Amino acid sequence: MNYFSLYNLPEQFEVDLDKLKQNYQTLQKMTHPDRFANASDQQKRLTMQKNAQVNDAYTVLKSPIARAEHLLQLRGLELASEQETVGNVEFLMQQMEWRESLEDANDVASLQLLAKQSDDDIQAQTQALSALLATQTDEDNKTAAEKLREMKFLFKFKSEIESKLDGLDA
Amino acid sequence: MAYSEKVIDHYENPRNVGGFDKNDPSVATGMVGAPACGDVMKLQLKVGENGIIEDAKFKTYGCGSAIASSSLVTEWVKGKSIDEATSIKNTDIAEELALPPVKIHCSILAEDAIKAAVEDYKSKHK
Repeated sequence: MNYFSLYNLPEQFEVDLDKLKQNYQTLQKMTHPDRFANASDQQKRLTMQKNAQVNDAYTVLKSPIARAEHLLQLRGLELASEQETVGNVEFLMQQMEWRESLEDANDVASLQLLAKQSDDDIQAQTQALSALLATQTDEDNKTAAEKLREMKFLFKFKSEIESKLDGLDA
Repeated sequence: MAYSEKVIDHYENPRNVGGFDKNDPSVATGMVGAPACGDVMKLQLKVGENGIIEDAKFKTYGCGSAIASSSLVTEWVKGKSIDEATSIKNTDIAEELALPPVKIHCSILAEDAIKAAVEDYKSKHK
C-alpha cells in the first residue's frame, strides 16, 4: 500500500501538511461508516477497511520518522520491524552522555536547556535526512536508513526529557 | 505487560552498575543501541593477563528487560575467558529471565554488547 498515492501526494519526504490534513478530512468523510448504513455487508466491510487504511496512512504521513520509514520501504528497505543493533560507538557514547546529563538535571531550567539541545539536534538531523531522501540513489537511501536509526534515539531522548518535565510540573 | 520475578529482581537490585576507565588496556568496552526502542547499553569487562574476565560493569538506559539482561550478563561473564564469554547466547538470557517475545531484542542487545566488548579487547591486544 502506497500511502502517498492514497493521499494523492508526491512520493517524497517533504509533505505539505495543510494539504495532508485537508485530504485526510475528505477521505475520512468519503469512507465514514455512517454513510454506508444501508449498503450491503460486503460494501460495508470494504469501506471499513478503506477507512482504517486512511487512518493508518495519516498517522504515518504526519510523523517525520514514520514517513521516512514508509518512503524507504517503498524503495525496498524494510526498517519498521527490524531488530538491528546500532554499533556506531561515537554516536552511542554521545547518547550515553546525554542520558547521564538528563539523569543529573533536576530543575526546570536545566531540563529546558536539554530539551532545546534535543530539538535543535532533531531539526538538523531531519534536514540532513530530507536531503538524503531527495536524491533517491541507493547509496543515499542506505545512509538515510542509518540516520533514521540514529534519529530514533533522539526522539526517545526527547520523550524522556518531556516526561521528566511533566513529572516536575505535577 | 508483567515482568518476571527475575527481571524485577535485577531491575530493583542491578548488579555491577558503573564503569571502568575505557583507556585502561585491560578494560574492554562494548557499546550498543537498539533503534527499535532507543535503548543504549554499555558493557565493560576487566580482563586479567591470563585472558580471564575478572570483573564486569554495565550502564544501560532502557526498559526493565534491557537493564535486567545487562545486569545478568555481568554476573555470567565473570570468571569466564574472553572466548567463553562470546558463547553466551541471547536465548540463554531470554530463557533465564523469562522474557516475553516482544522483549527478546533486549537479550539480543546484551549478547551484542558482549561481542562488541570482546572485539574491543581484541583490537586493543593485536
